[in-house]
Amino acid sequence: MYRTRITDHLILILGSLMMIGPVAVLFLTSTHDAVEVHRHGLMASWGGHFLETYNKVLFEPGGFTGQATGMRMLMNSMILGIGFAVGKIVLSMLAAYAIVYFRFRMGTFFFWVIFTTLLLPLEVRIVPSYEVVQKLGMINTYQGMIVPLLASATGTFYFRQFFKSVPDELLEAARIDGAGPWKFFIDILVPISKTMIAAIFIIMFVYGWNQYLWPMMMTSEEVYFTLVRGIKQIMLVWVGSQIPDYNEAFALAVLAMLPPVIVVVVFQSWFIKGLTESDK
Amino acid sequence: MKRVQFSSASLPYLYLLPQLAIIVIFFYWPSVQAIQSSFYLEDPFGFSSTFVGLDNYTDVLESSSYAEIARFTVVFTLLVTFLSLSLALLFAVKADAVLKGSSSYKTLLMWVYAVAPPVAGLMGVMFFDMHIGPFLKFADAVGWDFRIGLDYFDTAFAMVVISVWKQIPYNFIFFLSGLQAIPKSLREAGAIDCRSGFRRFWTITLPLLAPTAFFLLIINMTYALFDTFGIVDVVVKDKAANNPITLVYKVYMDGFRGGDIGGSSAQSVILMAVVFVLTIFQFRFIERRVHYN
Repeated sequence: MYRTRITDHLILILGSLMMIGPVAVLFLTSTHDAVEVHRHGLMASWGGHFLETYNKVLFEPGGFTGQATGMRMLMNSMILGIGFAVGKIVLSMLAAYAIVYFRFRMGTFFFWVIFTTLLLPLEVRIVPSYEVVQKLGMINTYQGMIVPLLASATGTFYFRQFFKSVPDELLEAARIDGAGPWKFFIDILVPISKTMIAAIFIIMFVYGWNQYLWPMMMTSEEVYFTLVRGIKQIMLVWVGSQIPDYNEAFALAVLAMLPPVIVVVVFQSWFIKGLTESDK
Repeated sequence: MKRVQFSSASLPYLYLLPQLAIIVIFFYWPSVQAIQSSFYLEDPFGFSSTFVGLDNYTDVLESSSYAEIARFTVVFTLLVTFLSLSLALLFAVKADAVLKGSSSYKTLLMWVYAVAPPVAGLMGVMFFDMHIGPFLKFADAVGWDFRIGLDYFDTAFAMVVISVWKQIPYNFIFFLSGLQAIPKSLREAGAIDCRSGFRRFWTITLPLLAPTAFFLLIINMTYALFDTFGIVDVVVKDKAANNPITLVYKVYMDGFRGGDIGGSSAQSVILMAVVFVLTIFQFRFIERRVHYN
């Protein structure tokens, strides 16, 4: 059969280095002080200012933004990531349940109303979406950041596929035992969907956490900035200053990628299963 | 659909209500508004608007800068799609072939999926930076006067590299799971009939991967068109002047910076048409794929 060759490993090692390298350099450079970085460029060595820099970025207001500390931005990112994932799961499970398990006249129509949203990403209708949120007075609120992002059918599509694969006998048995629609949903359907819910949660958390354009438009007050939104601020300061605080900028970038990376690496198998099966 | 279903007059509507309400308010309302305001000319302060018919569309389509941005977007999309797909396929084939360390390679090659596009952009900008970037030493050595943000070609080069880097993991995950789904018996039969590994790849593996590849093709095109916004924004740092930008970035610039709501809406509608065609294409294909399996 196929014998592994040295070149296979070589290509894979090169690929892995290509993926890890930039991030490792980013992290290592963030442990040096700004003047040193300015003078010598990016660093591939440990700088020894790790605690100092990360402490400053996390707990001291100022630097890139006047009011928001790194902690505050971390919290906002968490609210956006978790709020979006939970909202998505609740809404789409209920909608998919109605579509798959009920016979009602408008079923097909609503199915298409929901699935048309797959056609147009938020980026395309960004200006009018902003106006709508403005009219509703939701600028600079967490709802304004999260709820408009929920207006898409990705989750619903996924749960619909999954519910369709659940054996009919379950519903028949439940009906014989006298379970109503809500009881069947909560006591049977939700428990057997557990791993699917976990997979979807991971995908949606990463998606929500990594949002950039929408939070950028929704928030002008710094207390609502997320970490990823903070990147914009870093770049603006970068343009204007003599010796930019490279180390702090990079530390913030490291913080911005850490939680989603941890989630994806730790729950790898669920995440991959969810991703490759939901997008079909 | 299910053989057995509940029938209830009100319950299904109740379960659908939250999802529908959000979609109507935050999807249909803005979409309709985009189409509507693409026919109007609004003054920058938003006090009045006049109906101008298709003027916004003809203005957009006749402008030379729009044509240039459209051209760049097409080239950018094709390059990002082609490069990230081929590199990911190479890594996936190799990761599928090795016996030792396969799962470590898998982790190392997929985790960048979780990095946000603007964060990837920030890393790219520092890598190509004129003061601190290591790439400049390399460019100097080959006599390339590399200036990101100032030179059109150099900026485009950096954008493509960053966008490809960010997208490889996604494609890798799908290619690898596609490869692993190929039955072992098929591979063994292939190995007996055909000794050349390269020919086996072209005649057996690649056709079996074709559905995955086609699905990824569409996904990658939408990625290059829309999801790269964060990368473009970080690389051009709000100074779009001489820099390459994509069509979505232009919608944002004209709508928010330029205050040209009508023109920006017309551009939105044009993009909607593009995505619409892409998605219809995808749906039709998915239906066909079900037949294959």
